[in-house]
Amino acid sequence: MATQWKPLIEKITSELVKSLLVAAWFMFLTFPLMVIRVHPLERTIEWRWMNMIYVGVGSFFLSFIWRYLMERKDGGNSKEEGDTWQKRVGLRIRSDKRISLSGLIAIGIFIFIFPFIFSSYQTQIMITALMYVMLGLGLNIVVGLAGLLDLGYVAFYAVGAYCYALLNHHFGLSFWMALPLSGALAATFGILLGFPVLRLRGDYLAIVTLGFGEIIRLILENWNEFSFGPSGIAGISRPGFFGMELSLQEHTVYLYFIMIMLVVLTVLVVSRLRNSRIGRAWIALREDEVACQAMGIDKTKTKLTAFALGATWAGLVGCIFAAKTTFINPASFTFMESAMILSIVVLGGMGSIVGVILGAFVLILLPEYLRAFSEYRMLAFGAAMVIIMVFRPQGIITGIRQRYEFHRNTQKGKAR
Amino acid sequence: MNKTQPALEVKGLTMDFGGLRALDHIDLEVRQGEIVALIGPNGAGKTTFFNCITGIYEPTKGDMIIHPRGKEPVRLNRLKPNIVTEHGLARTFQNIRLFQKMTVLENVMVARHCRTKSGIAGAIFRTPKTRKEEAEMVEFSYGLLEKVGLAQYVNELAHELPYGAQRRLEIARAMATEPFLLLLDEPAAGMNPKETNELDKLITKLQVEDKLAILLIEHDMKLVMSISNRIYVMDYGSMIAQGTPHEIAENPNVIKAYLGEAFDA
Ligand SMILES: Nc1ncnc2c1ncn2[C@@H]1O[C@H](COP(=O)(O)OP(=O)(O)OP(=O)(O)O)[C@@H](O)[C@H]1O
Ligand SMILES: [Mg+2]
Repeated sequence: MATQWKPLIEKITSELVKSLLVAAWFMFLTFPLMVIRVHPLERTIEWRWMNMIYVGVGSFFLSFIWRYLMERKDGGNSKEEGDTWQKRVGLRIRSDKRISLSGLIAIGIFIFIFPFIFSSYQTQIMITALMYVMLGLGLNIVVGLAGLLDLGYVAFYAVGAYCYALLNHHFGLSFWMALPLSGALAATFGILLGFPVLRLRGDYLAIVTLGFGEIIRLILENWNEFSFGPSGIAGISRPGFFGMELSLQEHTVYLYFIMIMLVVLTVLVVSRLRNSRIGRAWIALREDEVACQAMGIDKTKTKLTAFALGATWAGLVGCIFAAKTTFINPASFTFMESAMILSIVVLGGMGSIVGVILGAFVLILLPEYLRAFSEYRMLAFGAAMVIIMVFRPQGIITGIRQRYEFHRNTQKGKAR
Repeated sequence: MNKTQPALEVKGLTMDFGGLRALDHIDLEVRQGEIVALIGPNGAGKTTFFNCITGIYEPTKGDMIIHPRGKEPVRLNRLKPNIVTEHGLARTFQNIRLFQKMTVLENVMVARHCRTKSGIAGAIFRTPKTRKEEAEMVEFSYGLLEKVGLAQYVNELAHELPYGAQRRLEIARAMATEPFLLLLDEPAAGMNPKETNELDKLITKLQVEDKLAILLIEHDMKLVMSISNRIYVMDYGSMIAQGTPHEIAENPNVIKAYLGEAFDA
């Protein structure tokens, strides 16, 4: 009997020792930060040994659980399990129309009453999340579908925001007039950026687009006569509602519904594009550039439409951003913004619409609701991201392709 | 269709990679509706020849002209790959280059791109014209998949297919561009004898039913000898022989350069 258990016991002891070492290492690393607190005014040093114990115990258990999970992942190829799980749920939802219909209605009602049951503050956060949903879906065209790694996406967001802010400041143009203009201007910038980077791929493309994003920001920061420099533009009008005067809270609710409408529009447009002639050309370009051209697809045109259409959404959201905050300056359009939007796309699952929506909610709402953890919130946020990427490297949801059903005699295809 | 009319004429094609001359004044002709094989040892320059004709490489020297049926001849030099395809020349790749994460049907549908027109607005508003075009595209593509025997795989992702099926999908995809001249780069590579046999039938079918001219690179000598009308032999970037399968099998140069090493073993 005893010999049977021996390997297991040995394994567990070795794992325990490993975790102990990890714990010791973490205690050492966090020692200056967590244990010593210097009070410069009172000239005293406080030794918080309890913190060290917390770190030790915490990292011991976390590392143990972590390795246990990794073991299971490697051993019982949980990737496949995950996929079949996803397929099963997906199939169930689709095969049973009633579930999906009642589910949709429930979600619809919830979305509708959201701003009335939650505070104005919650609604504001939701508006932000919805803005990022749109940004994510827009970038998803460029990165997820066409496979062009764009790190300067924020530039188009800035173009849209400044388009409305400046037109409103100088000519008093209304939000609804400026919205399509912002989209169109951003699309133009998308094509302008597209031309010089047509020949670039992968990391080269990433670096050049990154530079483009920074150039736009630096121009906005330094060209005082045009963009009012770092001090930005204030007093931008909120969206008008048939000429009525709205209170601040009413404005929030109004903006919330504008966002819902635009997100629905975005989802509709993107999902239609994805399964169209153009969308398939984007994906083919992502999969194999040489084969794509050899099958008669114009690489130049396809890349430029991806850049232009992706940028359009950023321009629209930029316009909304300016209207929401009524004040913009270049500090809102840093590289961090691009990185955030890209994370949404990657975390959610490249090419998947539902994935990007989930990704945006996770990345925008999580830090908000983690505020309870105050200073540790970014830490928890980072950990959550790492965990998702380790266990689902392909993103939360993988993009599903359209399926067709064929009937033998008629030979007619039907999209399912 | 006149079988003595040329489909492809290549004259003095030369391709240098830095100091390496991969193609040295190659002359080659494929007539309408003819199956021509291009053979030669590894590294002879066969794939490079395909890449030059299809616009992937820009040759150093030489002329390449195609004669689409019922249209003016087209000089291929300096044309982009997608334009070459639009003029009716399609190809497959030696190292399979399918769109891995797209379904089998979509792979074929992508290749309909240059024969269809609907744009962004059509896609967003799903206009009747777009829907009609889309339905036609699906039907056409499905028909091709049936032809190459892949109808049961329509919704599978391309990378999930068995190897032999992937090669046939490459052919179906190339066919979707409606070529009059098809270039096949080692279509039988990695296939078992049964699959090779089916491929033999498929290629013959394309010649007879679709009236295609076919230029194929192949190492499987049995296949080459059985389906080719004529054979060209390359070695170290030069054309060392041409003729009917019978003539090639007897040619001492060829036996020395190519068949020798294959048949010695
Ligand atoms: N892009 C390139 N850059 C430099 N050299 C190249 C390039 N492509 C091909 N070559 C060289 O050209 C020569 C011919 O290569 P090619 O691929 O055309 O041979 P092949 O006849 O198709 O051989 P195989 O039967 O192995 O496919 C080789 O020496 C190869 O190294
Ligand atoms: Mg080759």
